[in-house]
Amino acid sequence: MSLDFALKTQLSATEEARRQIEICNACRYCEGFCSVFPAMTRQKAFADGDLTHLANLCHNCRGCHYSCQYTAPHEFALNIPAALAEVRQDSWERLARPQTLARLFHERGVAMAGLLVVALTLFFALIAALRPTGGDGFYAYMAHNVMIAIFIPAFLAPLALIGLSLRDYWREVEGGPLRLRHLLKAGDMAGRMKNLNGGHGDGCNFEDGDRFSQKRRIAHQLMMWGFLACFASTSSGTILHYVFGWTAPYPFWAPPKLLGVPGGLAMVAGALGLALLKLKADPDLGARRVWGGEMAFILLLGVVALTGLVLYAATGTAAVGPLLAIHLATVMTLFLLMPFSKMIHGFFRFTALVAEAGKLEKTR
Amino acid sequence: MTETPETYDIAIVGGGNAALCAAITAAEAGARVIILEGAPVPYRGGNSRHTRNFRCMHRGPMSPLTGAYEEDEYFHDLMLVTKGKTEEHLARMTIRSSEECLPWMQEHGVRFQPSLSGTLSLSRTNAFFLGGGKALVNAYYNTAEALGVTVVYEAQVRHVHRDGQAITHLDVEIAKAPPVTIRAKAFVLASGGFQADLDWLARAWGPSARNFLIRGTPYNRGVVLKDMLDQGADSVGDPTQCHAVAIDGRAPKYDGGIVTRLDCVPFSIVVNRDGQRFYDEGEDTWPKRYAIWGRLVAAQPDQVGYALIDAKSIDLFMPSVFPPIVADTIPELAAKMGLDPAAVQATVNDFNAACRPGTFHPTELDGLATEGLATAKTNWARPLDQAPFYGYQLRPGVTFTYLGLKVSDSAQVHTPEGPITNLWAAGEIMAGSILGQGYLAGFGMTIGTVFGRIAGKEAAAHVA
Repeated sequence: MSLDFALKTQLSATEEARRQIEICNACRYCEGFCSVFPAMTRQKAFADGDLTHLANLCHNCRGCHYSCQYTAPHEFALNIPAALAEVRQDSWERLARPQTLARLFHERGVAMAGLLVVALTLFFALIAALRPTGGDGFYAYMAHNVMIAIFIPAFLAPLALIGLSLRDYWREVEGGPLRLRHLLKAGDMAGRMKNLNGGHGDGCNFEDGDRFSQKRRIAHQLMMWGFLACFASTSSGTILHYVFGWTAPYPFWAPPKLLGVPGGLAMVAGALGLALLKLKADPDLGARRVWGGEMAFILLLGVVALTGLVLYAATGTAAVGPLLAIHLATVMTLFLLMPFSKMIHGFFRFTALVAEAGKLEKTR
Repeated sequence: MTETPETYDIAIVGGGNAALCAAITAAEAGARVIILEGAPVPYRGGNSRHTRNFRCMHRGPMSPLTGAYEEDEYFHDLMLVTKGKTEEHLARMTIRSSEECLPWMQEHGVRFQPSLSGTLSLSRTNAFFLGGGKALVNAYYNTAEALGVTVVYEAQVRHVHRDGQAITHLDVEIAKAPPVTIRAKAFVLASGGFQADLDWLARAWGPSARNFLIRGTPYNRGVVLKDMLDQGADSVGDPTQCHAVAIDGRAPKYDGGIVTRLDCVPFSIVVNRDGQRFYDEGEDTWPKRYAIWGRLVAAQPDQVGYALIDAKSIDLFMPSVFPPIVADTIPELAAKMGLDPAAVQATVNDFNAACRPGTFHPTELDGLATEGLATAKTNWARPLDQAPFYGYQLRPGVTFTYLGLKVSDSAQVHTPEGPITNLWAAGEIMAGSILGQGYLAGFGMTIGTVFGRIAGKEAAAHVA
């Protein structure tokens, strides 16, 4: 029988999530909070892939937990945010290539810091060894071609690995044919982070027990939109360089700066907010074993943005050399860890939202 | 006995919906309020934590409710379930007041769901709490605390001291420590019924009540209710009766709540311990009949029933928290459930032979009835002939008791000598005045909200 509570501690993450979801599905009081509960009601029995899908749809808003009449000390001992976080985390590590790297970096902030040190050493050494004779701004310290030669593979190789993971995910959750309208729907959901608004618009439960607040949603969106702006900034620089022959340094009104400076500021604010909120939140409502890795990832994003801003502020001074090495090392670490860190959540969640958009159409 | 150093204007006994509505109303009127909740924090809120909706009168569409639900229709629905066992004046006042409660609830933090995909379609008559009753309870506690209300958990009120027509103080055990005295100028009793006290149930109902399951909180043991009745307070409601529905026999003894309900009865045959059918499983649609099955099962030997269905019907009802017992043949299923295989097979054979061809329609009365059986099944009667076969054990699950304190329009508690000048009651402890029999979905929360607000207002006016 699936409700043998004595055996609960021996259940795998997926089995424990199944036990809990079957109880949830007989109640359904939480239907209005987020995308998970309407998706749950489509089934009576949950295959492993169904649970992977629900887990990646869950944004850990915790509304269901604080509203649940069956949380511990009740014998049903429901903790849906944690149960789904475990399955979700498991799916990110299981579908990653190679899995051992994913386990290492998800769990250990120290490993992330170690990689950062390696990257720092690399860039200081590169700048010392390959310092060009000409070039303006930071190209005076490292030639554009060298940067491109390093960063294009460091960016594209992890992306390729992520693509393979997402393909496996799509198969596992039995996603249907992909349509543009599904992508648009998912984009809308993520762009406004609807799954952290609580369904009623009061926000989610995170840093203040059962009180709803918008703080986490705001901090997350500062981070997400800030990151996208910074990414757009770098992309615009690349386009200006290759298409228009306009090379860095750019003035403040040029797209790389117009996008990069507010984006960087938003990222720093977002990282600060997310880190502080995480310190206040109950770690038992998430995947506890990756708390350190998650915190290190938030800080890494903050440092990427902060060093970028400081580098801009230091334009023309002697500090540009070491600052450039530090900034490039943080960016390199972030890129390399995309498939093996919390960064992967964005790719999986978005894919889950796309898959859900399709599944919703099928049930109508 | 220790005196608590602080004195309050109003002491509220209980920590569910009615208590919180009273506390918030009184605190907003400027009173210093203390809530004495018997349960620890995780179980706070009494039976309100298991509720899910609020039945609300409305003359036109009113978010989240659709259409209109007028006083007369609401009262008619109440008369149907109570068979006239209601006090019309109080009932109509409650119904009329429900309309202004909905916006009040929203202003005080309660959030409703726009629509539901569940099996019971009640979007016209009932407003569903987003996240259910515990979310409502959380919202009210947060609102009350912001208003400066003091909340004490694990506070068991042992005695209400009555001096003539006034209450002077309470004896309260806090976290199992020796009792302390809590004084206030006015008191509100909102501590529920006695359905979790199995000894009391057994005295009222008979020893078979010990086999009943209690669907809600184990903290409603009626200590304060009994104390007031012993002190001569006027009572209302049948002291021997409780509201019970048929739930999964494997449910926890207490606090199983919504997930232990079983909706399979209309598509099943239900046999007793001896393998015999005992009532028309297809008498009416399940929302209209689920409430009588607790009593029906309670009247059977060992207070147990067994619902049997075949493969045709397994997807026709909401999933239950416990998986059904499954077998390829009826005798095998009977054996797995501890029943006499031959007796159950004979019952199924008789039933199958009495089924007639016709159109089966799961969501309406389809008239597909048996012929020639002493206990007919008058709708949805289809033979059990497609393996695998499934079985669920049914037991009575007690929701609430009817015996309560008789109150006036102003929620004031009375004695044969007249009203107690500083004592009010709200919620399940007085619901028997209005709900003398049966149950109407979402009406308990209506009574609690309406009378909680009245009690809070009257108590605050008394101390002002």
